[in-house]
Amino acid sequence: MSVAQPKPVKPGRRSFSGGIHPAAAKQLARDQPIEVVPTPKQVRIPLLQHVGALCEAVVKSRDEVVAGDLIGKSEAPVSAFVHASISGKVAKESAATLPNGRRVPTVPIKAGDEQLEGQALFDDTYGGEWPTLRLDLPRPDLILQAVRDAGLVGMGGAAFPTHIKLAANPDRPIDTLVVNGCECEPYLTADYRLMLEAPRPVITGALLAASAVGARRIIIGIEDDKRQAAEALSKAAESTGIEVRLVRTKYPQGSERQLVPVLVGSNVPAAGLPLDVGVVVVNVATAAAIARAVLRGKPMTHRVVTVTGRGVVQPKNLLAPIGISYGELIELAGGITSQAARVLAGGPMMGFTLGDLDTPVTKGTSGITVLTRDDLQAFEETACVRCGLCVDACPLNLVPTRIALAARKGAWTLAERYHINTCMECGCCAYQCPAQIPLVQLIRMGKAHLAAARV
Amino acid sequence: MVEATNKAASPPQDAPVEPGLQVAPGPHLSSTGLSTRRLMVDVLIALIPVFAMALYLFRWYAVLQVGICVVSCLAVEAITSLWRGSRPSLQDASAIVTGVILGLSLPWSAPWYVGAVASVVAIGFGKAAFGGLGQNIFNPAMVGRGFVMISFAASLGATAYVRSGTGLEILTQATPLTAAKELSGSLPGLWALFVGNANGSLGETSVLACLVGGLYLCLRRSAVWLIPISMLASAAVVAGLANLLMPATPLTVLQHLTSGALVFSAFFIATDPVTSPLTGRGQVIFGAGLGALVVVIRLFSNYPEGVVFAVLLMNAVVPLINRVTIPEPLGGLPVDA
Repeated sequence: MSVAQPKPVKPGRRSFSGGIHPAAAKQLARDQPIEVVPTPKQVRIPLLQHVGALCEAVVKSRDEVVAGDLIGKSEAPVSAFVHASISGKVAKESAATLPNGRRVPTVPIKAGDEQLEGQALFDDTYGGEWPTLRLDLPRPDLILQAVRDAGLVGMGGAAFPTHIKLAANPDRPIDTLVVNGCECEPYLTADYRLMLEAPRPVITGALLAASAVGARRIIIGIEDDKRQAAEALSKAAESTGIEVRLVRTKYPQGSERQLVPVLVGSNVPAAGLPLDVGVVVVNVATAAAIARAVLRGKPMTHRVVTVTGRGVVQPKNLLAPIGISYGELIELAGGITSQAARVLAGGPMMGFTLGDLDTPVTKGTSGITVLTRDDLQAFEETACVRCGLCVDACPLNLVPTRIALAARKGAWTLAERYHINTCMECGCCAYQCPAQIPLVQLIRMGKAHLAAARV
Repeated sequence: MVEATNKAASPPQDAPVEPGLQVAPGPHLSSTGLSTRRLMVDVLIALIPVFAMALYLFRWYAVLQVGICVVSCLAVEAITSLWRGSRPSLQDASAIVTGVILGLSLPWSAPWYVGAVASVVAIGFGKAAFGGLGQNIFNPAMVGRGFVMISFAASLGATAYVRSGTGLEILTQATPLTAAKELSGSLPGLWALFVGNANGSLGETSVLACLVGGLYLCLRRSAVWLIPISMLASAAVVAGLANLLMPATPLTVLQHLTSGALVFSAFFIATDPVTSPLTGRGQVIFGAGLGALVVVIRLFSNYPEGVVFAVLLMNAVVPLINRVTIPEPLGGLPVDA
């Protein structure tokens, strides 16, 4: 993405226009406290779990590793290190297909006898003391180094390496750090549980991240259906100067282009980043991971994953080691029901379907949603009657029907005239379409075609 | 190629693939409340007060005329879709909507074949010829109405509305717009025009009934309110200007707004999503153009009413309107693309 000249942008509004209100179904898992997953017999840790370059394994088959040991690294500018999530013996490298369709090498580790388990693991990750008031802020470059060494990536889903986001740039001063606790994707509750059960590391991490980027203001944005989480965070943030703000519950409120205008008041330029308006956005789970990396020197080895949907027996929020398989987590949630029809990596709006339940969980896996046949009532696609509901739903002010139908016909000039590449694929249009036209799917295909044609 | 070489190594058939799990691109949810059919059924519901008023004023003539049009439209829709080799898509109810609107736009006295011919032209040429639902440029009902208006001038002209001896008193008066055009007879009072106690095409007489139905459509968001509002506002402005510049014009602004098919078309014809622009800005331009054209045709042409031609003309420029009103994406235009 180009970060060219920032264009003057209009001020944002209190709530973004467009968007949809899908049945959130958060009640399935929102009251399930985070459970620690027992150490699996084996994990398979992908060497690419982030946006950027593939890591190279730094361990060989039959090496003994301890949880937290570095197992893959890359010196490429955009990449993130990977670490062993359990202790044990490295097995022969194998490949796995991630939900996004990329086939990547993985480092399998067979579990040894010595493991950190249960409450001890939870305490090690999120428990214990997290200073918020008399926090001795390390130098920004040391924070950055710790974050890079810990292999942190954005845990909201996009998995962009965090140390790049936090690197201060003298040409682009940062004014505000936005901590994203929206979790607008239906069904998912991992961030909600984390904010509720471990608010202090989130606050500590936010203070560290703000110090690294030089932000003088920290705003935590939370959708107003997660009031309790907001209260827990406000309490933890007492006297720190951090603002906790409720925003309207609407999909895709958690998208940067929607959240930044609502909280800060300026629109992110279409071809730019929040950086262009002096803002850095980190997810709440990422903030907690920053605290853990900087103050405890612990890398990203575990994350909270929501296993939910009417297609699993008992929805749960699980603290799982990176590299465990989706299938094992689903088993821990009681397995799938006879009605299960689709297993998704992530939530139902932007999640990918899984063809293979042996796929390993990565740093960006926020949830596993199992939908039933009832959830997926299939209607027949009918003709576009240009009703404009997709235009009203589009949070980026695009005209989805024109773009999608142009892409279907291969009318690329028309698609570009309607700004096909601005689309962020949130799926509001396809959700809303009364004719059941797969709008965002067609747009996605069109974007891929255009990207391929440009090379 | 991959399949062939991997055959030996591939796992046994019963191993990893979970039975019955599907793979599909997201999003995996869709709004359950919405379908094309619902949009169409909403239009039909909104037309109930309009039809009730027609029934009250014109009795069985209303049932007959609307009935002929609906049946013919459905038949033509079925035949043309079979002809095009696709399954008849009657269940989306769009042909019924066209039929009802067409029927309500005709005079009570039009002979049966007028409705039938109008339906054939509406669905056959106005819709099927373009490729069916969603593909047409012109409002099908207005294509049919325009065709019979010119072809059967006598059956649809001003005199067709007036007849004595039917037992219905209202039918002895000229339609308000004809009365105004010919400066003959007297116009009903504003209240009578508003409630619909006047002669005219079946569905157009009662502004009140159209407002009730139109409000329902807009509240259900099955029609965009921008189009009727901008259309009525622009008609009022142009009519007001006409009054100022040409004091001899027979109709006041309020009379313009309450007589003829202006309000009926603003809510039920102009809002046809297929033939109106996609974006808010485009919808305002479209509505404003319609309102102005209707009044201009009323004032300067030989026809007392201008809705049919105004709609067809504005329909023709919708692609152009769409093109010049491509909205700027949130965050401005990309610098590099």
